Amino acid sequence: MNEKNFIKLEYEILQNDFTRAGEASSNIKKILKQLGIEAKIVRKVAIATYEAEMNIVIHSYGGMIKVIITEQYVDIYAIDKGPGIKDIELAMKEGYSTAPNHIRELGFGAGMGLPNMKRCSDEFNIESIPNEKTEVYMRIYINKI
Amino acid sequence: MVEYFHSVVLDKDKCNGCTNCMRRCPTEAIRVRNKKAIIIKDRCIDCGECIRVCPYHAQQTQLDTLDKLKKYKYKIAISPMTLYGQFSLDKDMNKVFEGIKMLGFDEVVDEGYAADIITLIIRESLKNNKQPKPLISSLCPAVLRLIQISFPSLIDNIIRIESPMELAARLARKNAMEKYNLKSEEIGIFYITQCPAKVTSIKTPIGIKNSNVDGAISIKQIYGDIVKNSNTAGKTEDFVMASAYGINWARAGGQSKSIGVDSYIVVDGIDNVIKVLEEIELGKLNNIEYFEGLACVGGCVGGPLCVENPFIAKSRIRRLSEKHNDEIKVSKEYAMELYNSGFACWTEEIQSKGTMKLDENIVEAIRKIEKIKKLTNLLPGLDCGSCGAPSCRALAEDIVRGYGKIEDCIFRD
Repeated sequence: MNEKNFIKLEYEILQNDFTRAGEASSNIKKILKQLGIEAKIVRKVAIATYEAEMNIVIHSYGGMIKVIITEQYVDIYAIDKGPGIKDIELAMKEGYSTAPNHIRELGFGAGMGLPNMKRCSDEFNIESIPNEKTEVYMRIYINKI
Repeated sequence: MVEYFHSVVLDKDKCNGCTNCMRRCPTEAIRVRNKKAIIIKDRCIDCGECIRVCPYHAQQTQLDTLDKLKKYKYKIAISPMTLYGQFSLDKDMNKVFEGIKMLGFDEVVDEGYAADIITLIIRESLKNNKQPKPLISSLCPAVLRLIQISFPSLIDNIIRIESPMELAARLARKNAMEKYNLKSEEIGIFYITQCPAKVTSIKTPIGIKNSNVDGAISIKQIYGDIVKNSNTAGKTEDFVMASAYGINWARAGGQSKSIGVDSYIVVDGIDNVIKVLEEIELGKLNNIEYFEGLACVGGCVGGPLCVENPFIAKSRIRRLSEKHNDEIKVSKEYAMELYNSGFACWTEEIQSKGTMKLDENIVEAIRKIEKIKKLTNLLPGLDCGSCGAPSCRALAEDIVRGYGKIEDCIFRD
């Protein structure tokens, strides 16, 4: 058996599936705790993943979260198919949201998702093609050298 | 480090290995081996769910007996807030307290009085509290242990103020030493408990070096005798010291109501507490000021060592809290003096317990996670418990940790 030095996790995220949203982040959190990673780092990863999950649930037609965990860092990829983001700079502003009313009534869509994700990660990148897809990449270091 | 004492213990003769407790345990701390349940010590939070669910009464709490009173010259009983819910409302509680005293105590202290003091302290100290929000109540020791094990990032949210039990004991000891010129070791303080986690807190406390409580006797153990004694008790002292605010702490939500915060959330039942702590960890409740999490449904009146049905007891506490004399018998100044001098506060840091960790070496831990993933895929996913682990994934983890083997699964192809 060839032993890998990283963990790869993949979660399919469905559009509007609020009941399962949060499963990915809570699974990842559990694994990081088993790895013995510092609580603050675990929390950052959990929040970043959760917000990414919610964005896919709320805004896209569905997508996935991929996570790579190594001894140095955690990489999170949130990839979806959907309307994309027309103005990324605007979307990154705190409080800006395109979430419709019925989503806001559920307590989401406060316009904090992307800014929160960026705040939690050490490296952050977002790319989007309108009417096609959005891809977010986040890296959180476990041991900053 | 001191070994972690547990109050929840198993009576091997009574256990027939049925897996009820194993499936119920919120921290997956129980396994069944050779038809007997075993408790994985460093995962147990003493919530008492196993005690509640065991059909054979094999899961028990390590308690003291009244015999231990003989060791001390001056014996003090601390009567818990929950006791107010154990009797019908027309019962004279002073006679109940007298009934406890008649068991061989020199003094009976109302824990609710300490809850009153802490109510005042929290009300004041919330005004300029700099801790991350929501603040987490320090009342329920099972929840505190759960945070140490599973939610260490929330340790900073816990308020550093003592529980009513500990404060009551500390005050009672100081008072007895001064009043009767006694040495500390001559005084024996016993908590009448509804809860195994409180017993653990006496032996291995959180936030302090040593508890001021010397022993614990459950409500169940002495309930019958208290009833008998109270019926024969004549004129009694004025034992009842608690106000409506203090008594209210016995039920879920009473504490938050007493301290008068605007935005609070009350969660009872250990599984519910886990779910909401997950939400807090995700930062979703940052706008809430106070989190009152209690392991038992209904709050402390739901403790596994209570006698009365938790819902009946809870309703009584509510009615008492509405009816009872509203004046707190302590001054705010006195309460704040206890706070500012540190008398009512924790002195020690709360440690996180990395008991979920698979390996000290992260590279090795990563390999183990991969092995767990592979093993879980090999297992049938029935979570039947026949192997003696609560789920297929738990068995996979056990195998990797060296506690189990794949042959334990009887449904594997």
